Amino acid sequence: MKINSLADYNTWQQAILKDRPLDGKKVLICCETGCRAAGSLQVAEQLEKLIKENKIPVGVERVVKKTGCQGMCEKGPIVWIMPESIFYCSVKEQDVQEIFEKTILKGEIVERLLYKDIDSKCSCKHHLDIDFFKKQQLVILKKMGQMDPTDIQDYIRFGGYKTLVEVLTTQNPEYVMQQIEQSGLRGRGGGGFNVGRKWRSCKAVEGPRYVLCNGDEGDPGAFMDRSIMEGDPHAIIEGMVLGAFAVESNKGYLYVRHEYPLAIEHLTIAIKQAEECGFLGDNIAGTDFSFHLSINRGGGAFVCGESSALMRSIEGKVGEPRAKYIHSTEKGLFDKPTVLNNVETWANIPVILRDGAENFRKIGTVKSPGTKVFSLVGKVKNTGLIEVAMGTTLREIIYEIGGGIIDNRPFKAVQTGGPSGGCLPADKLDLPVDFDSLTEAGSMMGSGGMIVMDDRTCMIDVARYFINFLIQESCGKCTPCRDGLPQLLYLLDKIREGKAVMADLDKIEELSKVIENSALCALGKTAPNPISSTLRYFRDEYIQHIKEKKCVAGVCTALTSFNITDNCKGCTACSKICPVDAIQGEAKAKHQINQEICIRCGSCYNVCKFDAISITKRNEQC
Amino acid sequence: MLVIDGKSLIAKEGDTILAVAKRAGIHIPTLCHQEWAEPQGGCRLCCVEITKKSWDGWCKVVTACNHPAQDGLIVYTHSERIITIRKNIVDLLLARCPESEVIQDLAKEYGILETTYKRRENPDNCILCGLCVQACEAMGVNAISMTDRGINKRVTTPYDKPNNVCVGCASCAKVCPTNNIPFTESNKTRKIWDQEFPMLRCTVCGRAHITQAQMEKLVADNVLPRDYFDKCEICHQKETVETFKKISF
Repeated sequence: MKINSLADYNTWQQAILKDRPLDGKKVLICCETGCRAAGSLQVAEQLEKLIKENKIPVGVERVVKKTGCQGMCEKGPIVWIMPESIFYCSVKEQDVQEIFEKTILKGEIVERLLYKDIDSKCSCKHHLDIDFFKKQQLVILKKMGQMDPTDIQDYIRFGGYKTLVEVLTTQNPEYVMQQIEQSGLRGRGGGGFNVGRKWRSCKAVEGPRYVLCNGDEGDPGAFMDRSIMEGDPHAIIEGMVLGAFAVESNKGYLYVRHEYPLAIEHLTIAIKQAEECGFLGDNIAGTDFSFHLSINRGGGAFVCGESSALMRSIEGKVGEPRAKYIHSTEKGLFDKPTVLNNVETWANIPVILRDGAENFRKIGTVKSPGTKVFSLVGKVKNTGLIEVAMGTTLREIIYEIGGGIIDNRPFKAVQTGGPSGGCLPADKLDLPVDFDSLTEAGSMMGSGGMIVMDDRTCMIDVARYFINFLIQESCGKCTPCRDGLPQLLYLLDKIREGKAVMADLDKIEELSKVIENSALCALGKTAPNPISSTLRYFRDEYIQHIKEKKCVAGVCTALTSFNITDNCKGCTACSKICPVDAIQGEAKAKHQINQEICIRCGSCYNVCKFDAISITKRNEQC
Repeated sequence: MLVIDGKSLIAKEGDTILAVAKRAGIHIPTLCHQEWAEPQGGCRLCCVEITKKSWDGWCKVVTACNHPAQDGLIVYTHSERIITIRKNIVDLLLARCPESEVIQDLAKEYGILETTYKRRENPDNCILCGLCVQACEAMGVNAISMTDRGINKRVTTPYDKPNNVCVGCASCAKVCPTNNIPFTESNKTRKIWDQEFPMLRCTVCGRAHITQAQMEKLVADNVLPRDYFDKCEICHQKETVETFKKISF
């Protein structure tokens, strides 16, 4: 089917909807990376087989769909039965028969597969009974769990590409440009640069111009862009075509990291389908406008997410950043004016043009309009992919959507913005999440990773983890980042081992400042952030490590001993879990930890239900 | 027009801050910069602070080697912030290459006799400026390149094996600011990058002046005719001088 006009589109969409109405009966099974790893493909296959083999009451159409991510990755595989919106989680192959017999045939509910509310322990029958979903505001992720990403017809069913056809056939590039400018959309990749301004400055330079999508997401614990590429690839393509139309570009590249094979597969399929249907390629939607899109696979270097390194990588050169004293909107890919936006930003474009800039601005805050997708991970009860309006507070995200901290332990910090982001403490929980307030608080939005930490987290250890990550990923081109970061790691290790003096802390601060001021690219300049932000909010913890040789979280093994207190009921849980058999004791009598054997892993502390394990300084009794 | 350390200076089209400063006799230290090479901004030693009147007192740190000498720039090459940065960079380089005389001398300039950082284990003198790679590329050979990344980054031949495209010209070694690329030379051969290259001798003075392989490449690339290499550079120069003498006087 080749679409040459809006009339063509409408006819086709109606035909698809007639065949497969939006409110029809269907079973949605998440088949993205997380659920796939937990066995969702097998669940889908088995259910498809059962529906095919068995005779179903006449007039009832049932479709098993392999959809994109529904967000609750931790509870996968997710099976969602529509239109009743019955939501089953952690479904195994052996549950399929029961789901088929009870729910699909008789409309009964399989109680044990329902999501249990963490606090009330009540089963949530419907999708929206679950706090995790109830509190979100889905715009970008809205279609994702309900759509087969490898089927363009499904995207059309939800109105996809309609905006594109409408805009291309009835509007001019300036209209798109103005809408995006008026929307105030800011880049979702980290810096939060105004998208309209970026496009405008690119268009001011003589072409040819390029349009790029940065899908090189590499932050630890972040998978927002992966999910969008896997679950809604057509939205990105539609956004890019609209962007190319606005800046008058005819060639674009999607830069996707090689570690995302499913994203590459789905995008490849989507590009092919979009070309076949006339939404991409020559004479899009029957107009004079042509735009070609190809995928470039990144070799897995974190630094290639940095714009100048990404462009060099596409050019076929070593993916290293170059000094950006001239903006890439002027001299970018192949030294030509280039617009580079990330996956989520592109997915926002069709939404803005569909609903209008005014309506887009109604969501979020004045300076950060719209929604933001986060991957909520760490010590939080509900982990997964979430989307909230900008300006939602950290507390709402962590306690209402995330359901609070696992085992109701005290909250200690939340790390936002990826490795170059920062850690925010409990007194920042009421901070509204938007670009400016996070930066002001010493962290950053980044691409939207959010790692929640409880009191068993040592902030020096956290800083060390991220610095170590950045050492592995530093390209090695400039001295401060290449040689400075390992020195920071060395000094942090000294603190963790109890060998540091206060002068080391001064050295850490001085060097952090030097790296921040003098590194070549944004990755290097922000690399000391894990240290600066933990020092800003948890300086006492650093000093405690150095002066008292104590790690309150019980993480730094050289500074920690675990002891059993009189609270011990002799339940034997700790002695069973101890990996080195260091805990002895009779059942129902107080246990003892043999300090000679103990490796300070803290398993006993985590498993104890009676608060009977205490963390003390190394070789100190409680 | 821009101001560097209080001096008003004129910049030409395409000038960098470093170029203007050099002409005005203002010293900005560099390690990875060479006139012939594309500025990399890698060593960060040439960091300077820049501001403009319209920036309302806000300053930023840039590298002088590749920042354009824009109109209205106010540049500080030795502010307190810059000195701290440079000191630390030199210190980091000294920890990286503690045995390099070039780095040691530079460190002395900043009052550093011993690095305050942890010395690198098994250090060599490479500061990863990439000049050798650029030189090799400029020769049209591309026998060496950077490999790995971060602290493990190094310059080498593909798979660390002797590379048959190398012509043994030793340009890499000659441009290295810290003399880190070793080569040995006799009247017969030059040894570099784990390979031995036979040398051609000058038919006039007898000096070994070019490797056979480099000569072959230059001839094949139509840079110079084969018989040009019968004589060495010095003898060619002498001959030219003699010719001039005959012509003019």
